[in-house]
Amino acid sequence: MTKYWLSSDEAVEVTDAKDTGAVHFSVDDKNVMVSGGQTIFEALQRLPGIGNIPVLCYNSSVRPYGACRLCTVEISEDGGKNFRFVAACLYPAKEGIIVKTNTDKVRKLRKGIIELLLARCPNTKIIKELAKEYGVEKPRFSLGDQNCILCGLCVRACQEIIGKSAISLVNRGIFKEVAAPFYAYELGEGCIGCGDCSYVCPTGAIAMGSNGKPVLPKVKIPFAEMGANTSKEKLPR
Amino acid sequence: MEQLQQALDKRIKTVVQLEQLRQSLIDGKDTGRMAVSVCGGTACLALGAREIATAFKQEIEKREIQVKVEFKETGCQGFCARGPVVLVGPKNIFYQKVKPEDVPEIIEETILKGKIIKRLLYTDPAVKQEITYEADVPFYKKQARLIIGTNSEIDPTDIEQYIALGGYSAAAKALFQMSPEKIVDEITRSGLRGRGGGGFPTGRKWQSCRVAEGDIKYVICNGDEGDPGSYQDGSILGGNPHSVIEGMIIGAYAIGSHEGYIYVRNEYPLAVKHARIAIEQAMDYGLLGDNILGSGFSFKVTINKGGGAFVCGESSALIASLEGKVGEPKAKYVHMAEKGLWDRPSLLNNVKTWANVPLIINKGSAWYSKIGTAGSKGTMVFSLVGKINNSGLVEIPMGVTLRKMIYDIGGGIPGGKKFKAVQAGGPSGGCIPEQYLDTPVDFDELTGLGSMMGSGGMIVMDEDNCIVDVARYFIEFLKGESCGKCVPCREGLAKLSEILTRITRGEGRPEDIETMTDLGEIIHDGALCGLGRSAANPVLSTLRYFKDEYLAHINDKKCPAGVCRELIEYTIDTKKCNGCGVCARNCTTKAISGEKRKAHTINQGLCVKCGVCEDSCKFGAVVKR
Repeated sequence: MTKYWLSSDEAVEVTDAKDTGAVHFSVDDKNVMVSGGQTIFEALQRLPGIGNIPVLCYNSSVRPYGACRLCTVEISEDGGKNFRFVAACLYPAKEGIIVKTNTDKVRKLRKGIIELLLARCPNTKIIKELAKEYGVEKPRFSLGDQNCILCGLCVRACQEIIGKSAISLVNRGIFKEVAAPFYAYELGEGCIGCGDCSYVCPTGAIAMGSNGKPVLPKVKIPFAEMGANTSKEKLPR
Repeated sequence: MEQLQQALDKRIKTVVQLEQLRQSLIDGKDTGRMAVSVCGGTACLALGAREIATAFKQEIEKREIQVKVEFKETGCQGFCARGPVVLVGPKNIFYQKVKPEDVPEIIEETILKGKIIKRLLYTDPAVKQEITYEADVPFYKKQARLIIGTNSEIDPTDIEQYIALGGYSAAAKALFQMSPEKIVDEITRSGLRGRGGGGFPTGRKWQSCRVAEGDIKYVICNGDEGDPGSYQDGSILGGNPHSVIEGMIIGAYAIGSHEGYIYVRNEYPLAVKHARIAIEQAMDYGLLGDNILGSGFSFKVTINKGGGAFVCGESSALIASLEGKVGEPKAKYVHMAEKGLWDRPSLLNNVKTWANVPLIINKGSAWYSKIGTAGSKGTMVFSLVGKINNSGLVEIPMGVTLRKMIYDIGGGIPGGKKFKAVQAGGPSGGCIPEQYLDTPVDFDELTGLGSMMGSGGMIVMDEDNCIVDVARYFIEFLKGESCGKCVPCREGLAKLSEILTRITRGEGRPEDIETMTDLGEIIHDGALCGLGRSAANPVLSTLRYFKDEYLAHINDKKCPAGVCRELIEYTIDTKKCNGCGVCARNCTTKAISGEKRKAHTINQGLCVKCGVCEDSCKFGAVVKR
């Protein structure tokens, strides 16, 4: 008989049965049992109160992407000897792994990521709330004035749910942004105006315009951040 | 139709035929024939090798000595600092810095009369002696050129030259005498590790791909080498493409794949061209395609040109790019060997790794594993560049010290300057300072120093390089090349670059060092892919070894190396200045004034610190501080 936790305060004792396809592992020192083929984060969705994992770029309706890195946790595959960082939204829940979702190291890393996000989006509600939770007061870096964190949820929703791919992530590095095909900001006929992109956006960066189509967040890169890779066309519009 | 017939004629149908062809090529070779080979590598081409090749062809034709002289344009021979390089066989007389006008003389004197032209020989600066033969040049002598040595011997656009040297015998051996299990076992026992940077045991990768379930599997060659100052993959693919293709055939047979891709940067036109010709010829000779050498095994290779993104050298991004998607890395929690290209098992190796495979199959794992150190076997090809006398491609057995590589092979630092650091492993490698020069070069040792093997870039820096500026350069490069998918890499590198730029401008703050260390940790721990995880290395390694230099910039607002413009000042030493006025005439901002034959002065308000005065002063009176 082993004790498995169903939520933060509820546990059951079961005899381990073989060949059920279930995987057993531990999360923050609690044994859990879930059906196989899930990621750590998906598994924890069904176990309320177990583990503490914030996410920004995850939505259960689309495939995980692993961009925001906030769901980073520590795992050990050798019984606790060595731990390493993985993204919980992508890492498969495997038999026997040890998952730590809220250690000092994890919190420090998340704090750092939030500090970077807050520097990019100092006025975004959800980021400010996360910053408060993780004790980030003021970023040590220069501040931007954006809302979009490039989590790609809008793009994935448009592609995977709507099947339109009217928008995409274009360019790279800090010049990355959401745009319509051929680097257009005005959405053309490819967009059916469903508003899904606006709905899934965690930061509210996409608003629906008066023409019934979303208004994409334009990335405004301050001159100070421009590097050697900047060509003239990429100057702020 | 006629062409088709011709193509069919060349087809080698059995191993016996391959050996017959090889024997006839060897027998048909006139041993007394002189051979001229001009290096056609990128560096030599830029220095005018094409004109030299044309001059040779014309001269040979003019004198009607084609029977006597064999001419070929080879791939990169490695000694780029001395280009254009010409070898005169059969004993390989080494002529360097050759000009087109030297060609008639080489033909007349060396080829026809057997005399050596002293003027074109390489002089060993250590002993001040001219060296006649390639094999005696210290740069070549001290290397172990197992992989790139063949570059000097063959014209990469002629498959027969590769076959004559024993080419495709390893593929034949693998196909007819070895089982896939045996091949994987051989590679495992050789101790070969991935040459692309990660150093993952190649045999283990092959094994997991071999046993991975799936009827369709792929073999991929990663030739997307994008590090500044690295060109070994391009040189191998451009100089000896058949060795890579042969390695891929063996790998494909071992894992049961029938389709391969060579992903090569479009910025390597020579590599793309030669790889393409090589594939076409291998198809014509029946070494690629259906039923290779009558073994029943079929394999074909397609070239895919990369669009020039550094991140596409990362395996998952490369695969995304191959699939026609944006070149963004994915988490590799499930290995590529199980789920790679189009979610099928894929065996992805670097150009150099593939080029090692025929060697191991031919000579055996026991022979191969004798070369190198306990944890890293074989040789490694480095591109030795920067402040070094003999810049070029260097191949050494693992375990040779950095000092030997830089001083014995590389010939030390030009101008008698002092060595400062070497950036190993490309932009996301790390700077290694002088006290670690006696470290043997292998995967684990370099990682232990906070650097890495990477793809084999070695950028040497001397006392005139500002370490903060170097870190800023690499971070700036990586910032521009980050795909921008994950937050730590995209935002973190931008902020790091901002801070470093600030420091080089003299606006550093005391807390910057801590902030950069924190950022480095966040990027290392949080980033999604290998590029991100190693991207902070240039800063972390320089902070580890050259903290004083950072502090000088931040606290004293001084750049000890005299690179950061905002932190230096040019003054004129009144004792040395004789008032010739050259500096004043050259100064673009008219910042220098003074009476004739009297000491001049620099108006600091007008000075833009371009350094023209220092360069133009013949008396060393201009001082940089």
